[in-house]
Amino acid sequence: MFAYISRRLGVLFVILFGSSFILYNLAAISGDVLEELRLSREPNAQQQIIALTRDLQLDVPPPLRYFLWLRGILGIFIGNPDFGLTRTQQPVIEQILLALPATIRLVTAATIIAILLGITIGIVTALRQYSRFDYAMTFISFLLFSLPIFWVAVLLKEYLAIQFNNFLGEPTIALPWLIGLSVASGVFWSAIISGTRARVLQIFGGAFVLNFAFLWFLSVTEWFANPSIGPVGIALLSVGVAFGVTQLSTGISNKAALKSSLSMAAIAVALYYPVQWLFEQDGKMIIYPLMIITLFVVAGVVPLKFTKIDRGPIIRTSMISAFIMGLLLVIDQLMQTWKPYMESDAVYFRPIPTVGQVNALLEPGDFWMSLLDALVHMFLPTLALLLISFAGYVRFSRGTLLEVLNQDYIRTARAKGLTERTVIMRHAFRNTMIPLTTIMVVDFASIIGGAIITERIFGWIGMGTLFNQAITSYDLNLLMGVFLLTGFLAVTANLVADLLYSALDPRIRAGSGGK
Amino acid sequence: MAFRKDKAPAELELSGEQAIFNKETEGLSQGQIVFRRFVRHKAAMTSVFVLASLVVIVFTALGNKIGPWTIPGWWKYGYEDLLELRMEGCPEGIVGCPTLDVVPSFIDGTGVGLGMHPFGQDDIGHDYFAMVMRGAQRSLYVAFVIGALAGAIGITVGAIAGYFRGWVDSVLMRITDFIITIPSIIIGSVVGYHFGNLGVGFLAFYLGLFAWTGLSRLVRGEFLKLRELEFVDAARVAGASNRRIIFKHILPNAVGVIIVSITLLMSGAILLETALSFLGFGVVAPDVSLGSLISQFQDSFTTRPWLFWWPGLLIITIALSINFIGDGLRDAFDPRQRRRLTKKDKATAKVQARNAAANV
Repeated sequence: MFAYISRRLGVLFVILFGSSFILYNLAAISGDVLEELRLSREPNAQQQIIALTRDLQLDVPPPLRYFLWLRGILGIFIGNPDFGLTRTQQPVIEQILLALPATIRLVTAATIIAILLGITIGIVTALRQYSRFDYAMTFISFLLFSLPIFWVAVLLKEYLAIQFNNFLGEPTIALPWLIGLSVASGVFWSAIISGTRARVLQIFGGAFVLNFAFLWFLSVTEWFANPSIGPVGIALLSVGVAFGVTQLSTGISNKAALKSSLSMAAIAVALYYPVQWLFEQDGKMIIYPLMIITLFVVAGVVPLKFTKIDRGPIIRTSMISAFIMGLLLVIDQLMQTWKPYMESDAVYFRPIPTVGQVNALLEPGDFWMSLLDALVHMFLPTLALLLISFAGYVRFSRGTLLEVLNQDYIRTARAKGLTERTVIMRHAFRNTMIPLTTIMVVDFASIIGGAIITERIFGWIGMGTLFNQAITSYDLNLLMGVFLLTGFLAVTANLVADLLYSALDPRIRAGSGGK
Repeated sequence: MAFRKDKAPAELELSGEQAIFNKETEGLSQGQIVFRRFVRHKAAMTSVFVLASLVVIVFTALGNKIGPWTIPGWWKYGYEDLLELRMEGCPEGIVGCPTLDVVPSFIDGTGVGLGMHPFGQDDIGHDYFAMVMRGAQRSLYVAFVIGALAGAIGITVGAIAGYFRGWVDSVLMRITDFIITIPSIIIGSVVGYHFGNLGVGFLAFYLGLFAWTGLSRLVRGEFLKLRELEFVDAARVAGASNRRIIFKHILPNAVGVIIVSITLLMSGAILLETALSFLGFGVVAPDVSLGSLISQFQDSFTTRPWLFWWPGLLIITIALSINFIGDGLRDAFDPRQRRRLTKKDKATAKVQARNAAANV
């Protein structure tokens, strides 16, 4: 294994060396850094040319200059890397470190949501193959595949941001919208839970009425102006989460798992007011990691009371439930911040921004305020990225699950008399996840370099912006710095994906294919 | 006849569903089976129709210069003609609004018609229909060139690497790895920004030079698998040359994978070209592409949204139909792929089985 990894790492460096050499020379012959200065009539243009030539070593021909650049990079092994200077005589590494967090924030959120949503929908479509829902989702994912992101982004800006802001300023849902949304929800649920015609109609009617009543209630009580889940909502949702997670994770018939999940729900409700107080204690950042640790410790200890045997799955169930309940509490807190956020001078009832990463006018200091601000700014770009990458996950998880469901071991599992839940969740789903994991890793690495257009449209300053700037100003060192990072991530992700694959699937041995 | 009789008992043992599928493919060549499956795929057939009519409309709309001859187009304006901005019929304060009328006369009193400028005019008076047609021409052209070039390189590299294996394979695959590491949008931008003025042909050419890597890996895998099969050994024993084995024996068996992947490559190419043009690294003025049109008019969305809608809708239509055609082809080429049996199929099969039983 060690030999395999070290050989792969060796190949990785050779590949990075080769592709960076190709790109360096391509970029060098395609433009002249000094052209603008040569044409300029400023009195000190000549001095600038001399200074730039000296700093960027422009007197050395590009293929050789590449090795000068490489020498700086290789300094990373002696702890002293030198990524060179940008055109404006700033260290490249500083620029990258400034831009990287924004891109990672953007990409992580979009990728995680796309994975969760995409896999869920992909699995539902595979289980309901050839249903109306399947056909509809197939069409939608093909449509999303074909959408140019720059076009969607502009549409989102124009419609979602502006219209949604108008709505949030005057948060009552008009009757046509109410009916439309309820019909949509009815169609959605009746398409997923298919059956005989009468049953479909029942489900449609039920979903329509429930949805209509719920939205009407929210609209009349002006919930959107001052949203919160509240202790009652938290209690209801937590019990729902407890049942749902138990059903998916161990099956509802596992009483110990259900009991421990329900006790987590009880704890969540009991802790509602103390947590509110803790959340208000601003500026003590140490509280949050402590709370998370406590959460998991409690979730790990509580199940021990209910069972002596087979504790693993039960602890897992209660931990997942506890995590989701914790998330609910955080969401509730964010919702409570909504009203003051809307009323602050910096926002003034136009909460969804179309450009930028943070609201500069907002007074810093309040943790929840700035968190909400960051989230609101991420909303549109994340949605745009999400729409594009989500379709791939739907198609891929659907295809893989269908393939897995045709395998002999699934037939064996069914023949043994296992419940459908066990067959799907334990036998089929886990095997579907193997190829999906490797796709996720590679996708995450490639999307870091790929947010170029999204960043540009939404005015984020991230890796994409640096890249744009590097190309339009013929800035070789900056370009190579950006490329080195994205390229390194791409090849490492491939290696990690291969290793993960062999770790997850014992039939595949990493390195056994080599000579 | 004897052959038939030998086969009969085996057929009887097959379950009902299998029998229906066997019945359908009886006596047909592989090509015919694939073609029939493809024709049955409704979305794919619709897409073929849409794409074909779009290509015809787009490429005949404007005059084309081929050498010294000029073939006139059916649309009255060229994309570079500067015309007077039309104001009548437009809302207050807006010029150059679209004249396309799709509402029949019994509803609003005016008939269906294209009018002077069906897609409106841009801010200095160019006819927007002509511009969009020109942009779509460029985008389709780029997609086809990339598909052809990347297809040719990818198939050649993949076939050679997979067939000969050994050091040839290693060298070719390392080169592929080099190119795969550089994201295509980066390479497109670097070259496109500086050489964009060399025209759309050059853009398509160099994008094609870098777009073949995925395909070549796929073809290589397919060749590695197929070269171990008996029919290849048989051909080799019969004295066939390497070239003959590659082109006559292995390639036809890999054609399904190749065609599907080239279609997907082309729909990706459309999106890549439009994205590059949007960033300003692709097709540059005075020529237009669907991407550069969107980029140019994204700020006028609120006042004159048609400038933004048309190029976007065209990109989606093209990419969507290519994707659906690819999906249809994949289904058609996949031997495991089965359509869903309708009630009618099952009923017919039952009747046939009963008749067969009665005859015995």
